[in-house]
Amino acid sequence: MLAAALVGVPVWLTNQYLVHLLILAGLFTILAVSLNLLLGYTGQLSLGHAAFFGIGAYTSALLDVHLGLSFWVGLPAAAVAAGLSGLLIGRLAFKLRGAYFVLVTISFAEVVRLVSLNWMELTQGPLGLPGIRPPSIRLGTMASIPFHGKGAYYWLVLALAALSYGIASRVVRSRIGRAFVALRENEALAESVGVDAFRTLVLATVLAAAMAGAAGSCYAHYVSFVGPEVFLFSYTITMVIMVIAGGKGTLLGPVAGAVIFTAVPEVLREAQQFQMTVYGAILILLVIFMPRGIVPYLKERRAGAP
Amino acid sequence: MDTLLQHLLNGIILGGTYALLGIGLTLIFGIMNVVNFAHGEFYTLGAFAAYFFLALLGVNFYVGVAAAIVAGVLIGALCERFVLRPLQGENIDTVMLVMIGVWIFMQNTELLIWGGIPQSIPHPFSPRPLIVGPLHVNSIRIFVFVVAFCLIGASHLAIQRTKLGKAMRATFQDREAAALMGVNIHRIHTVTFAFGSGLAAAAGALLGPIFLVYPSMGDLAALKAFSVVIMGGLGNFMGATFGGLMLGVAESLGAGYISSGYKDGIGFIMIIFVLLFRPAGLFGRAQRIG
Repeated sequence: MLAAALVGVPVWLTNQYLVHLLILAGLFTILAVSLNLLLGYTGQLSLGHAAFFGIGAYTSALLDVHLGLSFWVGLPAAAVAAGLSGLLIGRLAFKLRGAYFVLVTISFAEVVRLVSLNWMELTQGPLGLPGIRPPSIRLGTMASIPFHGKGAYYWLVLALAALSYGIASRVVRSRIGRAFVALRENEALAESVGVDAFRTLVLATVLAAAMAGAAGSCYAHYVSFVGPEVFLFSYTITMVIMVIAGGKGTLLGPVAGAVIFTAVPEVLREAQQFQMTVYGAILILLVIFMPRGIVPYLKERRAGAP
Repeated sequence: MDTLLQHLLNGIILGGTYALLGIGLTLIFGIMNVVNFAHGEFYTLGAFAAYFFLALLGVNFYVGVAAAIVAGVLIGALCERFVLRPLQGENIDTVMLVMIGVWIFMQNTELLIWGGIPQSIPHPFSPRPLIVGPLHVNSIRIFVFVVAFCLIGASHLAIQRTKLGKAMRATFQDREAAALMGVNIHRIHTVTFAFGSGLAAAAGALLGPIFLVYPSMGDLAALKAFSVVIMGGLGNFMGATFGGLMLGVAESLGAGYISSGYKDGIGFIMIIFVLLFRPAGLFGRAQRIG
């Protein structure tokens, strides 16, 4: 029922602005689900997640603008490029535990942002890369049909979001997923039963980065423009809010978080200049009253009720 | 050679305020285990409090700067009491999220109160630079440097020599044992957060009259404070002091000799190198404060 309603959105929802918001919510779902693999399951906080998103967006955009390669090449290439940077960061950061991963990822995102801003020849610096073509579909021998309108993007993002959710739930229930949780709970104990902590954590980073890169590619082709602002720290912060407020370490938490925290700022537009102040206050109250997140809170309440 | 000396001097002066920021953050992290995302907002708070007292009320410069620091301490204490205390014992990520909320709340409240236009703060120092041999330096920068180092020295003495400082160090080493020995952990947390926030506000009040004051100024300051903390080793007081100086010097040299576009990224590049070669921080053999 819910699935049918979701798939049918472009048919029954005529308000293009709401469809746009749903596309954004879908992209944020991919990002939040990927961040949750790291933060929720391995317990490692990546504060440079926007870097993986941005690297994906730039990879796809550069392949299109400079080499004329389509979205269908750009998407996997973006995932690979972001995954490789995840490999680099993971190998660098997981020599140590604790806050170091956090700080390496912050630094990495900032360095990548500055490179995108200053490497004029490649990225056109602050001007960004405009004119990224929409994906097109070739049906049989017919000429290729470019994506037109928001409906097609909506289906694309919905499919990718469902795919990310599927991958995440498969991974989490697999042997690797159990290794993630074991490392989060007690690393020494996990290693004593044969979990290779370093390799497992690096693997989680690569996977999360690749998923974020795919979301970046989608975003680039949807808005047809990429600039250095994709690396902004505020995007990472939004993803972290979605994961933790939704309920980290649960499968549904980041999805709920992504949808709610895409909607909240829009609803708060009514409050005009008070918008972000109220947003901050809501966040503070939410954490104080539901410290484990929305989804775990609701679960506890349902379990508590007769 | 002369330009090199000039860059070093500028770097050390700027580094003194980075050190203030870093010390506050490293103490809060070390003692309370709180990743304080609102740290930059206390820097902004200090700057706007100085703007309020000096530009709007027109009080004496030194009194105004002192009042700005007091404002940072008070708001810091309130924040600890009403936001952090209810979450004591919660997961570190949860506490971090609430500080992200505080960060968004404070920054946008500042925007509401003061507006987004950058403001300048009047100061009584002569705009003509002092010239010592080949070096030029504005007298206000000397004032900033001297005050920053007096504050760092006083904080060091407070942590090393007073009873409260001893209790803070004990809490850092082992909070359960400290609590069993009669240390009031709640009180230590309030004091630590107020103290760290006061130092950040001091950095803001000192740099405010040199640069411009605007609501989002704390974001870059907070990121720099994070790099100072990691360079010095988490929870390491002396490390944060030297880390701050090093970051100031590195930025100054980087802007002078490499590219000013990458100036603000130098700290991050340094972090990556520090982690590659000295992962526990440049000064962090053992994690301890003092």
